[in-house]
Amino acid sequence: MNALFQIIIFPGFLFLFVFGLAAEFLDRKFYARLQNRVGPPWFQPLADFIKLVGKEEVITETADVAVFRVAPLFALATTVTAIFYIPLWHEKALLSFEGDIIVVLYLLTIPSLTYFLGGWYSRSIFSMIGAVRSLTQLFAYEVPLFLSVLAAALLANTWSLSKMTHFYAVHPWLWVCNAIGFLVALIALLGKLEKVPFDIPEAETEMVAGSFTEYGGRLLAFFRMALDIEMVVGASLLAAVFLPWGLGLTFLPGFLLYLLKTVLIIGFISLSRAVFARLRLDQMLGFCWKYLAPLAFLQVLLNLTLKGFLVR
Amino acid sequence: MHDLRDLHDVKVPFGPQHPALKEPESFLISLRGEKITSMSVRLGYNHRGIEKACEERTYVQDVYLLERICGICSHSHSTCFVQAVEEIAGLRVPERALYIRSLIGELERIHSHLLWLGVAGHEVGFDTLLMYAWRDREVVMDILVKLTGNRVNYGINTIGGVRRDITADQIQEVLEAVRALEEKTKYYIQVATEEVTFVKRMSGVGVLLPEDAVRLGAVGPTARASGVDRDIRRDDPYAAYARIPFKVPTSTHNDVYGRAVVRLSELMESYQMIRKILKDLPEGPLTVRAPRKVPAGESLSRYEAPRGEDVHYVKSNGTEKPERVKVRAPTLANIQAVSRMLEDRYLADLPIVIAAIDPCFSCTDRLIGVKQEARRKKDTMSWEEVRVSGIRWYRERGIDFSSLNKELERWLG
Amino acid sequence: MKKTRVGKMAACVLRHVFKKPATTRYPFVKSSSPKAFRGKIVFYPEKCVGCKMCMRDCPSGAIEIAQTGEKQFEATFDLSKCIYCAQCVDSCLKKALEFSGEFELARLDRRQCIVTFRAPHQKTP
Repeated sequence: MNALFQIIIFPGFLFLFVFGLAAEFLDRKFYARLQNRVGPPWFQPLADFIKLVGKEEVITETADVAVFRVAPLFALATTVTAIFYIPLWHEKALLSFEGDIIVVLYLLTIPSLTYFLGGWYSRSIFSMIGAVRSLTQLFAYEVPLFLSVLAAALLANTWSLSKMTHFYAVHPWLWVCNAIGFLVALIALLGKLEKVPFDIPEAETEMVAGSFTEYGGRLLAFFRMALDIEMVVGASLLAAVFLPWGLGLTFLPGFLLYLLKTVLIIGFISLSRAVFARLRLDQMLGFCWKYLAPLAFLQVLLNLTLKGFLVR
Repeated sequence: MHDLRDLHDVKVPFGPQHPALKEPESFLISLRGEKITSMSVRLGYNHRGIEKACEERTYVQDVYLLERICGICSHSHSTCFVQAVEEIAGLRVPERALYIRSLIGELERIHSHLLWLGVAGHEVGFDTLLMYAWRDREVVMDILVKLTGNRVNYGINTIGGVRRDITADQIQEVLEAVRALEEKTKYYIQVATEEVTFVKRMSGVGVLLPEDAVRLGAVGPTARASGVDRDIRRDDPYAAYARIPFKVPTSTHNDVYGRAVVRLSELMESYQMIRKILKDLPEGPLTVRAPRKVPAGESLSRYEAPRGEDVHYVKSNGTEKPERVKVRAPTLANIQAVSRMLEDRYLADLPIVIAAIDPCFSCTDRLIGVKQEARRKKDTMSWEEVRVSGIRWYRERGIDFSSLNKELERWLG
Repeated sequence: MKKTRVGKMAACVLRHVFKKPATTRYPFVKSSSPKAFRGKIVFYPEKCVGCKMCMRDCPSGAIEIAQTGEKQFEATFDLSKCIYCAQCVDSCLKKALEFSGEFELARLDRRQCIVTFRAPHQKTP
């Protein structure tokens, strides 16, 4: 019974649904205010969602119906699953085992793959190019993201997120050492969430809507929901790995602190959306491999050295 | 044997409807990976038969019709036409009217270039620049509506002069707006030349070498950014430009970055020119009486629109209506260069390169129709035939507009 | 080329968060037009002499002047055809036409766009 409550209501689907919509609202409102606009009212994301869900489902003749339909659900399911392994306002996540970092990272990779599959099996030229772009981009940001999370895990000497946060709770201020990794992960997260300057796969002025060009109605609503939830989960992951402070609090202040951390990360995403132009795919790959990956390596080396001191 | 290259190429229909394009036009591009291997342009989606319609209307009506060729450089088209008619009729337009025409022309250039800056930002995903540039464009739009009575399609020109005067209060207002805009523009110059992601998307993209610019007949800022120092305002002065000193900014970057720099420098130059115009504004009447019937003759008039050289040819036959009006909008001269600029470039560069010539496709879409009833070919149709065959085409595909029309009729009351 | 920087607009956009937005919630907050704005045309039947210069000069054929009685004229405007150039106002020798600032003229039905001005003492049929 308790498990069911956790999966469906808190911190599972319903909570993520509400937080996802709220995050989308915050993102859009903040983005609008940065651009000196009024911005949408608070219920806009919900209204968009309801409108899309109520719309007719149109699937193109050439599309592979099975994949086309399953892709959005898969994206939604995996992002929701990932939250169970991430410690939110506590040192412990709901579920944990030695090696859950890998699971969470891969669960967060699956949405990107579903964008590819959904786009590719739409069999429309714009979707296919968008799909190939999201896959190409995946190879660029995934390595720096994994490396930076790995660096933090190396210092804690564990493969479990819960144990990692426990380690940082025992050794306060040690998380400051991961500053470079945090920066790298933040930038890589922009790529994962396909936000400016890395919104190449769904660049509106080039590829219409990239993978989602042929999507509409309920399926598009699920995809958008998955994107919103991915933003929240990604921000939660970064908060858990790189900002592991104040975790010993009771439920309410702890929860508020968690919200604050994620909202700060989402705010960073909005800000980057506002101040950058979209890079080209070749520029993005160049940037990720030339600057981001070496920076992540630097963090790994730094943490390995530090660990030597700590063990001694 | 098949060209192997063709098998790998993906054909992408970029238009006629596409988010990057503000008007319908079609670019069919072949892609290999992200690289463009070939491209063809198809225009004609915006053809409205304006030139023909001009022949059916009087000169006074034509001023407003031609003004509506373009929503951005409307003053350019109307001034260009009015100048041609005035030349045929031998009218001496009062000095004050000429100064006001130049003033509106420069204000239009400001609004057009600020609009361009925003569009350029949008094409590369820099929407904040779009929002800021268009917010400040509102300042000049407000000035235009106060001076002329509308935000676009100003209707300030009439044959023989201008329709509205400018008061001392309005002069103060314009000067204040210009001061505010100058500050903002200085900031945008900094943003466009310093923001790393924006510069990366512009520099080295859409290269048009000077010799190509000349060979392909590029005009306006597109040519000036390739170092071709041409400006009708200076080379063939019209309105009050002979009496206003100004510099013609050029650039040798040859790329989209250069085009941005040229346009932004032109903005700064326009502010300076407006100050000078308002300072020197001579007193006097606004119009001379224009005859309704223009004597027979022909004239070619040139105008430096924000996008480049605009050419109008007018032939009169002594009646109230022109015999022939021909428009060559700047985009038609520049569009040839786009294929050259995109050679061996990436797909991602396509929107910004097209946007960089500041295209206006409804300006460009002109057509010459030759009507010869006696020697009509089988595949030419009369208006009625086009209508009937259109209805039949849709019926064959199960779409019947007559029932839809009835439904709409019923629904509306 | 000048030296480039990352996030040149960051300071500016962050400052604008605390400023009043430049946009308004238009249909809820009314917008007004300046005095010189060329909006909907107004007709004064008592001044009209029926010369029909406005009809002749109208680029889009949006005006129709009809005689309804001895020296009495009514004007019919098709607002869906009108391009709001106000040439008719300039053409009118008796100043029987004037533009107003009214600009919210869109209608769902074309028939609602046709406006007729009659002299006040005339009865609508």
